[in-house]
Amino acid sequence: MWWQKVIFICFSTQQLNDSTNSMIAIIDYGAGNLTSVKRALDYLKIPSVISPDPKAVRSAKQIIFPGVGHAAAAMKKLRERGLDGALRDAFAAGTPIMGICLGTQIILSRSEEGDTECLGIIAGTVPRFRLSDPALKVPHMGWDAITVKQKHPVLCDVRPGDEFYFVHSYYPLPSDPSAVIATCGYETEFPAIIGAMNFIGTQFHPEKSGSAGLRILKNFAAWKGAPC
Amino acid sequence: MLTRRIIPCLDVKDGRVVKGVHFVNLRDAGDPVELGTRYSDEGADELVFLDITATIRSRKTIVELVRKVAENVFIPFTVGGGIRSVEQIDELLRSGAEKCSVNTAAVSNPDILTQAAQRFGNQCVVLAIDARRSKTKAGHWQVTVKAGTEPTDIDAVEWAVEGAKRGAGEILLTSMDADGTQKGYDIELTRAVADAVTVPVIASGGAGTLEHLYDAIVAGHAEAVLMASITHFENYTINQMKEYLRSRGIAVNL
Repeated sequence: MWWQKVIFICFSTQQLNDSTNSMIAIIDYGAGNLTSVKRALDYLKIPSVISPDPKAVRSAKQIIFPGVGHAAAAMKKLRERGLDGALRDAFAAGTPIMGICLGTQIILSRSEEGDTECLGIIAGTVPRFRLSDPALKVPHMGWDAITVKQKHPVLCDVRPGDEFYFVHSYYPLPSDPSAVIATCGYETEFPAIIGAMNFIGTQFHPEKSGSAGLRILKNFAAWKGAPC
Repeated sequence: MLTRRIIPCLDVKDGRVVKGVHFVNLRDAGDPVELGTRYSDEGADELVFLDITATIRSRKTIVELVRKVAENVFIPFTVGGGIRSVEQIDELLRSGAEKCSVNTAAVSNPDILTQAAQRFGNQCVVLAIDARRSKTKAGHWQVTVKAGTEPTDIDAVEWAVEGAKRGAGEILLTSMDADGTQKGYDIELTRAVADAVTVPVIASGGAGTLEHLYDAIVAGHAEAVLMASITHFENYTINQMKEYLRSRGIAVNL
């Protein structure tokens, strides 16, 4: 009957709204491989939803801001969907946010990639690797170890020698050095994890970094947003 | 320090992993999802799945396979075999693959590399080259296409340079002469290509001993080594390979 359908739809919409509030929202801005983050969370049995909706982002329990792609294209999509404002609001409201790769870069003020104005939630720039050793290739692609500079709840069980999967030609460089949580070396030392307040962002891909990466995602899911 | 990568390769035919010699005489090596998960658990740095049937029917099977692998494996993996269009690449990336490798289609339409790189970034575009030592020109290798069945006049080193220029972010270089023999990689070929391009080169074809892996990296200048027979038939575990390379001074993720 038609009324059964209406009740069903009302009920399921209600359920969806409720559940978004208790889930990790993975921001869908048309770029990047969101599905691999989703699959990693599914594997860990952590509830999450991929959403392009600014409302869902504002009301989410936690946010993962993933990304592979071009900074300019990503910023354009974020603005079109009103997700730039939603991210700023969520950050201001204290929602724990985790950036991954491009997501971490465009949290900063400006990227050299396409000379793009970014979100500016954390002050800083995104320079391209300028390497003098011709044997070193750009992108920096593959498994590399990180050096943890500051304790952080999300990194509580990172072990020395743990390696993570990187693939990038640009890296995040916060203006305030105290926002550098961990570094990696590729001719020069560059920030591999940055963080301030309720934001933490990795340059590598935890969702593609085997068990060490999965531990970081699991820790993030348990993080309430308070820095150490 | 960026570590050298150990990459098991799973050739898939009719939903099973197979392995042959010089691309023929295939032996069954197991279930792709099971084997992929095992290698990932054992510490493989990446995986490569190649659909060696590459028919329209197998295309659906491979997308399904990519989905299943992606639900269980959380390291990067590349998918290749019979990829003809940017749309197919899109579908495979969306299904969970990190990279796609293109071989025959790139030879007939090199623009596919550029288009894919512009749309998805060059980090997920792998140019696969099957090279055979030239019988007429010493120190040269010919590109072959259609799973090694069709020789071309293209020089493998020149093609690698051109492919990288057009957008390939990595070269998967297989020696047809060495493939499946377990007598060692074609070091000369590997070095010729690795020295000519600025993108990473994965050496493939011929791995039989731990020393072969070392040679491909040190003498062949490869960033990564790919192997099939020696892992599928349990000659060596991934861990043994890494322990060995580390003992000889090569940085690995162990």
